[in-house]
Amino acid sequence: MKEIVKLKIGLASCGIAAGGDGVFEALKKAVDIPILQVGCIGHCYAEPLVEACLSDGSSVMYSNVKADEKSIQNILSLGEENRFEIPAARKAKELLKVLALAGKIVPTDLDDYIANGGYEGLKKALSLSPEEVVNEVKLSGLRGRGGGGFPTGMKWSFLAAKPGFDKTVICNADEGDPGAFMDRSLMESVPHQVLEGMLIAAYATGASRLVIYCRAEYPLAIKHLKIAIGQINDAKLNVFGDRSVEITIKEGAGAFVCGEETALIASLEGQRGMPRFRPPFPTDRGYQDKPTMINNVETFGNIPVILREGGSAFAATGSEGGRGTKLFALAGDLQYPGLVEVPMGTTLNEIVFEIGGADRERVKAVQTGGPSGGCIPVELFDTPVDYDSLRSLGAIMGSGGMIVIGNDRCMVETARYFLDFTHRESCGKCTFCRVGTTRMFEILERIVNGNGSEADLDLLEDLGRKIKAGSLCGLGQTAPNPVLATLRFYRNEYLEHVNEHKCRAMQCNALVDVALNKDKCVKCKLCIKTCPVNAISSDFVIDPALCTRCNSCLDVCPQKAITRVAKGEQ
Amino acid sequence: MKKEYEFLRNIPGEPGNLIKGLQLLQSTEGYISDDGIRAAAEYFGRPEADVEGVVSFYAQFKRVKPGRYRISVCDGTACHLKGAPLIHEWLHQELGLNPGETADDGVFSLETVACLGCCSLAPVMSVNGKVHGKLDRKTMMKILKEYAAK
Repeated sequence: MKEIVKLKIGLASCGIAAGGDGVFEALKKAVDIPILQVGCIGHCYAEPLVEACLSDGSSVMYSNVKADEKSIQNILSLGEENRFEIPAARKAKELLKVLALAGKIVPTDLDDYIANGGYEGLKKALSLSPEEVVNEVKLSGLRGRGGGGFPTGMKWSFLAAKPGFDKTVICNADEGDPGAFMDRSLMESVPHQVLEGMLIAAYATGASRLVIYCRAEYPLAIKHLKIAIGQINDAKLNVFGDRSVEITIKEGAGAFVCGEETALIASLEGQRGMPRFRPPFPTDRGYQDKPTMINNVETFGNIPVILREGGSAFAATGSEGGRGTKLFALAGDLQYPGLVEVPMGTTLNEIVFEIGGADRERVKAVQTGGPSGGCIPVELFDTPVDYDSLRSLGAIMGSGGMIVIGNDRCMVETARYFLDFTHRESCGKCTFCRVGTTRMFEILERIVNGNGSEADLDLLEDLGRKIKAGSLCGLGQTAPNPVLATLRFYRNEYLEHVNEHKCRAMQCNALVDVALNKDKCVKCKLCIKTCPVNAISSDFVIDPALCTRCNSCLDVCPQKAITRVAKGEQ
Repeated sequence: MKKEYEFLRNIPGEPGNLIKGLQLLQSTEGYISDDGIRAAAEYFGRPEADVEGVVSFYAQFKRVKPGRYRISVCDGTACHLKGAPLIHEWLHQELGLNPGETADDGVFSLETVACLGCCSLAPVMSVNGKVHGKLDRKTMMKILKEYAAK
């Protein structure tokens, strides 16, 4: 008879938000076996997830677990309800290297990490000379996972070439792209893996200070990292022979531009996070004027894998345009949102449809790279995802946010959304970025409000080119991308807005009315009661002048009798 | 330095620690008050205008006292696509608040945040740090009522 010997519950931010902490409390009350709080296995759509580990070594997983008696008993009796299997298509495409331990181990248990091969990479590194470690990273072909895609080994060699040990290695954990959560998940689920990568970097480059710059919006990640740092200090894993490395965490204060290296350093020094001219590059003069190197969380997460496998073996995975695997935060209009890890060069078709389970009939595009990236239309989904292929389409890999956009979303409004973000996040140093992104935003507002003209489209393209050329840092150089890419692939939608005052997605409020289909209506009056502005009369006529297009009535109507229609077609 | 700001001495008073100090100030007082700016300027040895400059640069720092329940509506890409603007509209209708404002009775305050990193649960909002996901009008109203009754 198989017995449950222990239970694992996913309690990263997404698990907690889905109600995982309540399930944990309920399980604790119900049984007296160990219940381990693990991280995220990446299947966010199935949260809260509970894994029952059995006496014969196998395990059974349960998804969408509720904190009620029935769900708990179902698990404890190994019932058939809510059993969870990883979808076969995803299992076939996914390759878990960086995420191998995420959701399998207790994030804050050093022994658990070591028992599963943790710190083997560091051990291997310490058996090599620093130069040999840098060389392994070069051989791996790893490129920065934060968005820029600069070869990591080369960056390491720049810092390693500086004399002495008065150097700093910074982990950029200021994951600012809206729609991206790869770094959060790594820090919450496998903090020791990130720190192991950083320790290897410190050994290889001769740095004696490690700083993690983490956004304050990630309290759980910060908590786990702090515990892990304490364990490292106690176990003296940060001591290499006669020198030791100091590890600290600094919390960012919320500024997108601080993802840029020199802005990040200014922020660490207690200043406004504004970028400066390069050269001098941070590896020459960085944090506190000392040589400094900055890598992203996922980049560090790859390092222990490289050392364990060897650089050349690591490079066997992936494609010409990028080596190894890449994490993507899949979200938007699809069935299985979550965190996925696939070999570089996997096509968008495979990621969006096979892994994400999106509906082929309903998908219009995918957005990569957040506010710095572009939209790729569904016709081009056979594109392999790597640094160079995406750039050729006017998008970028970015840090790995991937938002699936359905047919019922307006591309002009999506572009307006991104410019709304970037024009507010521009630090204001460069005129082209400060004023230019604001003007682009205003033009887009004009278009979605039905007041644009065809000349506005040329103006957008002209401004976009100039902002890219006239900005100092990555924010300004990429801010026009969402607009330029949508103008390239979805110009017809822009033209409809300016010439016909029509939004085919029925999303732009100024171009739609709300209509009630009297044949479907059962006169339940829920809409009349719900309407916050009393725009619906007692005989069910919607007054377009009063209506704010808030969708409240669409939401409550049990008959789906109320819809958005083109303006004037009520 | 005023007595109530003595807690700043828990961090070394070097100029580079200003942001850390401001974070401590905000977590203690709930926001950055004028007195807080003066205290930070004095303790970290930087001009008041400089401190105000840092405060205004970062989205985290608030110069307005927040409500007992701080509602942060996520407007990340996934949430935006899945209806964050509607959530704002509903909250505005229900509470009469715009982002950045606090209600007169001090119960709720409203802000927009770039991304809470829970994209698969979009649209989401957090109340005092607790994340509520997969929102529609009904669940949102229920959440508001629960907090208002507390």
